[in-house]
Amino acid sequence: MTALLELRNVSKLFGGGFFSGRPPLHALDGITFSIPEDRPTITAIAGESGSGKTTLARILLGIATPSAGQVLYRGKDVARISGAERKRFRLEVQPIFQDPFESYNPFYKVDHVLTTPARNFKIGKSKAERRSRIEEALHAVGLQPEETLGRFPHQLSGGQRQRVMVARALLLRPRILLADEPVSMVDASLRATILDSVYTLNRTHGISVIYITHDLTTAYQVSDNIIVLYRGSVAEAGSVEQVIKQPKHPYTQLLVQSIPRPDPRKLWGDVPARGDAEALGEAVGCKFADRCPFVMDACRSAVPPLHHIDPHRVASCFLYRDSKVVAEQDIAGVFAPRADAARTGPVRA
Amino acid sequence: MTSLTAATAARSSASSEHSLVVEDLRVHYDTPEGVIKAVDGVSLALKPGERLALVGESGSGKSTLAMALMRLTKAPGRIVAGHIYLGGKDITLLEEPEMRQLRLNEIALVPQGAMNSLNPVMRVKHQIIDGILDHVADRKQTPDSHELEERVNRLLARVGLSPEVGRMFPHELSGGMKQRVAMAIAISLSPRVIVADEPTSALDVVVQRQIMQTLGRLQQGLDAAVILIGHDMGLVAQFANRVGVMYAGKLVELGPVQQIFTEPLHPYTKLLIESLPNLEEKKKFIGIPGLPPTLLRLPSGCVFHPRCPSFIKGTCETVAPHYQEVRPERETSCHLYAGVRA
Repeated sequence: MTALLELRNVSKLFGGGFFSGRPPLHALDGITFSIPEDRPTITAIAGESGSGKTTLARILLGIATPSAGQVLYRGKDVARISGAERKRFRLEVQPIFQDPFESYNPFYKVDHVLTTPARNFKIGKSKAERRSRIEEALHAVGLQPEETLGRFPHQLSGGQRQRVMVARALLLRPRILLADEPVSMVDASLRATILDSVYTLNRTHGISVIYITHDLTTAYQVSDNIIVLYRGSVAEAGSVEQVIKQPKHPYTQLLVQSIPRPDPRKLWGDVPARGDAEALGEAVGCKFADRCPFVMDACRSAVPPLHHIDPHRVASCFLYRDSKVVAEQDIAGVFAPRADAARTGPVRA
Repeated sequence: MTSLTAATAARSSASSEHSLVVEDLRVHYDTPEGVIKAVDGVSLALKPGERLALVGESGSGKSTLAMALMRLTKAPGRIVAGHIYLGGKDITLLEEPEMRQLRLNEIALVPQGAMNSLNPVMRVKHQIIDGILDHVADRKQTPDSHELEERVNRLLARVGLSPEVGRMFPHELSGGMKQRVAMAIAISLSPRVIVADEPTSALDVVVQRQIMQTLGRLQQGLDAAVILIGHDMGLVAQFANRVGVMYAGKLVELGPVQQIFTEPLHPYTKLLIESLPNLEEKKKFIGIPGLPPTLLRLPSGCVFHPRCPSFIKGTCETVAPHYQEVRPERETSCHLYAGVRA
């Protein structure tokens, strides 16, 4: 099986130069996974601030280079490709960023973000054809072209602007869409529509989606698989049904218990949660040991490897030391095929 | 009529029963394009120990209302009409020096994004002391430095911080710790009302839960009333006893938290609750059709009518519905309940 995009033991260090007098910060620590070519799925990368999820996004897009390890696109190292191959990578891996305000140049009309890439990547043969492809893409995300084109960014709402970005991605027919917190700055009533269009891109247009988020609820709703990062390392990964509904890593358990459920009958328990991630220094052994209610001696001396504890789940925790260790720490092997569960197709709002 | 319930409450027992009564409050912004009615006739009342959450999308007026309650509305905004009774006293009539005495003493704010509300070049304990000295009711009772130090340590302990934090600067603290410092300042003079404006919006879920649980404990200890401003329905469900839903500057529904979530009355509330993703089952993505209105050009009649699935032709687009009590403890403004009275 060829992987479309592959991360091999990727690490990223910040700081720690000779004169800084401080050890470097491990933003990412040996991440290995891949996005397959043949089955387009939605993979969530979830974590709190400082988990390394944005660093990972930047590395996946080729904006940042890893300190160690490799990112391969169609088998070629992204750091080394150039010319036509680089252009193909830029076309086939498209981002959607968090802030629907900063992605636009306020002096240009909204059309600019659609016509420029269409021209650069030679979408359609004529101006008229490009125009119709753009209109098609806007329709696909639930926007009316006549109410969208010809306007300036400030004349659209945050939700509309974000949907134009989804339309832009769709227009270019990429293989991978990398959405970095696409709904965290959008009002609740409009979130569903954006997530729906992202979901549609995957299910009807066969585009693989990497959904980067801090929100486990939307991750559960949208994705097939999830990677939970804690301070640069994979804590737990696998199918969302397993990882989010029955978390096994103590960190994932803490995260899921802390989700404010929109249901007054399911209140937070009074579980004492110790400390917060950003207040802690670099640790030897398991990075979660200081906050873990099940901490053992082993956790303080060595980093737990990823254990394969269920068919579609791995966790990096000594509680599961009896399970097999994942070969080369590659988590893609446990990912579940996409499940078109009971959801009866997306609804256009 | 618009403010029937709260107004009655204000007249009968403003001083004894309620900590805070808001009566037909209107806050407008004068802009070159016209007048924006950010808060357009809101009435509500809070008892001691109550936790009221005000939810709404951006532009619904919830933060403008919070600032008005603190009497911190900034130009071009101004309170154009209505009353705010704090412990029976109408604070809309007060001069600024008098109002200043009430802040922290009677009503305190836990701001959105504590990182921006703390002074970056001042140690935490001096910021807490500053607040106390500035607002202490009787100048003659100004505590001496030893007593102040003690008080700072007690306040830090109550928000779950160690005394060492007092000697630190804000940049040495994590986001959660800064928010705790902001809470320590807010409770330093035991106010009867705490306004918390999205107090955890930039924090991770685990820290968010710790902060909200701490706020809850502090509030119970003081028997203060809390107004939680926010858009996260999850936090609202976890924290509040009552929920008020705002839309385009108006309160469109108010009721006990359980009932708002299980049996919402107003069509907007219904859609808002239905659009929430859950962890129980994968659902269809349901959004609210249309867009929030531009406050400069509000729709005629009911402001929600262009997006409303229960739209009654001939009524909703011409007549604005009255905000009224339609069942015990349930208030809403919707023509669907026009004939119903509690």
